[in-house]
Amino acid sequence: MSQTRRDLLKKVIIGSIGATVSLDLFRFLSPAQLQAAIGDQAVRWVFLVDTTKCVGCGLCVKACKKENEVPYDVPVTRTWVERYVVTKDGRSHIDTPNGGRDGFVDKKIQGEEIRDQDINKAFFVPKLCNQCENPACVQVCPVGATYQTKDGVTLVDRKWCIGCGYCIMACPYGVRFFHPIHKVAEKCTFCYHRISKGLKPACVQACPFGARQLGNLKNPDDPVAQIIKTQRVGVLKDEYGTKPQVFYIGLDTNVR
Amino acid sequence: MGTEEMVVHGAEWTVKQLFVYPNEFIYWSVQIVMYPYMTGLVAGAFVLSSLYHVFDQKDLKDMARFSLVFSLALLPTAMMPLMFHLQQPLRGFNVLFTPHFTSAIAAFGIVFSTYAMIVVSEIWFVYRQFFVEQINELRAKNDGLSRLKFYLYQLFSLGAHDLSDEAVNKDKRAVRLLAAIGIPVACFLHGYAGFIFGSVKANALWMSPLMPVIFIMSAVVSGIALCMLTYIAIMEWKKFSTVLARGRGDESVQLIRSVEMEVVKKASRYLIGFLVAAISLELLDLIFRGYTAMKSWDILRTVMYEEDFVKIFILQYLCGNLLPFVLLLLPRLTIRRTAFALALILFGVFMMRWNVVIGGQAFSLSFAGFMHYHIPVIPHSLETYKEGVLGALTVAGTPFVLFWLINKIVPSIRYN
Repeated sequence: MSQTRRDLLKKVIIGSIGATVSLDLFRFLSPAQLQAAIGDQAVRWVFLVDTTKCVGCGLCVKACKKENEVPYDVPVTRTWVERYVVTKDGRSHIDTPNGGRDGFVDKKIQGEEIRDQDINKAFFVPKLCNQCENPACVQVCPVGATYQTKDGVTLVDRKWCIGCGYCIMACPYGVRFFHPIHKVAEKCTFCYHRISKGLKPACVQACPFGARQLGNLKNPDDPVAQIIKTQRVGVLKDEYGTKPQVFYIGLDTNVR
Repeated sequence: MGTEEMVVHGAEWTVKQLFVYPNEFIYWSVQIVMYPYMTGLVAGAFVLSSLYHVFDQKDLKDMARFSLVFSLALLPTAMMPLMFHLQQPLRGFNVLFTPHFTSAIAAFGIVFSTYAMIVVSEIWFVYRQFFVEQINELRAKNDGLSRLKFYLYQLFSLGAHDLSDEAVNKDKRAVRLLAAIGIPVACFLHGYAGFIFGSVKANALWMSPLMPVIFIMSAVVSGIALCMLTYIAIMEWKKFSTVLARGRGDESVQLIRSVEMEVVKKASRYLIGFLVAAISLELLDLIFRGYTAMKSWDILRTVMYEEDFVKIFILQYLCGNLLPFVLLLLPRLTIRRTAFALALILFGVFMMRWNVVIGGQAFSLSFAGFMHYHIPVIPHSLETYKEGVLGALTVAGTPFVLFWLINKIVPSIRYN
């Protein structure tokens, strides 16, 4: 058992080189690398919400939950509708019971009865994933399980997500959550499985008032792209530098 | 699907108030409080041992060996809370397979294992001589336990049995080098935990470039405090057993007592220094937020001064910082007073982690509502165990069990 330090080091180095060379045959591709091929470079999916048309019926939320198999009665949802009531005293009252799934049938907001004559203005704001150009959620995913497709939609690989929740924390819009069954991060995808086949997203199809529309920003003839380019539209929380791609008509300073 | 599986993560312990987005819950719960707390203790314990090995602070000699071994015992428990927290713990390895380096968490595996290798190899160099001595001593003995120990030490010695002066000196140089590399790595390991929070731009409370530095300072504070406290507990136990065996008046009892006091006094000086740095930085952060009064300040102010006032100002700053600071500075320091102050400091750093992690989720991203965290006490499912009081206690208790086990092989406490 007499062995000099030099011998030991030599053996260790030879052993580790041997192991490295043979392990090098294997290469792990992250889902982000693999899926980079997905999507059409000539398309940039964008969303247009006309808040002046929304009546808060909640059909979009219902349709979304069913289409995307998000359990109906659990309090998480890929899209939701918020109600804003600004009273004459300047306060804004905001709520979204069940994400607005069942419409807004109660005049009470956060348990407070608001009289009609006290209201200055009231409106609804649908929310969904902003499919940001510079998504904070993709940046922080430690394993590359969430990625941006070439046509601008951010998706989650349910088979690779470790469920750390960092993306949920990083999203300034609160659109992400843990799927109650799959136990991984979950979010709105603009119904990627539908739009890539030429169908409309479930919420767009379900909206009876045309408050929600999907378009391709890279197509000059696209009606949605034209509205975004020629009319006055706003986005949510642009101060975070995420470059959100859901555009709003009739956004108000009270909208959170 | 049964109803059991239909529970939304976070819904069980989150209570919402006013307007909160539907998907918002307290997703990062007590285990994410434990994570920076435990890594902080690891980093702090290591820095304490390095003060002796690198900077030749001779007064910390007794503490150095002990805190080095203790940082090894703490090491696995820096990982544990993350595994408890992951929704898909079996996929935790994915971080090593496909690290996505724009994420602050991606390098965790690499930083953590680098640090682990440094600690383990430093311990090996410190104890190599001891291993060889044990081998020589046990070689002649023939009973089962001695045989087992013999082979174990054979294995640990890695065949390096040279005990010449030259070889032993080389060991010492290696220890010094490793400890020197270890300090920045330990600070990185923990500063990095601070960066995980500090870089979340969506979170108004977390986002601050000071976060990593604050984390490092409080890490060193908590690490030194825990090492001192454990040291005191072990020395008291030794004193007590010596009193039982030889009586109160025995010379060795006096010896233990004086050694203990000496070590504790010296270590507490370093502790106070780091404590001052930690508090100054935290106050700077608070003052800066109030003075600049950005959009988020309204809701932050409500959280700090109203919702979480007791947790932040009473429990963290008063009980956890100011009180132990005064206790340690008052003249005629006693072991009992030190132990009390140390326990308060450990509690204070824990409350700081709590107020950062839970406090950062106490308000909605809408800035128009609040979330309250009700930690599960009695578990009724795996999730409420893992992310409840019992899960946190499991994590907190593990290092002591490990330390006891490791001490059977590499004894780290000597007082003669």
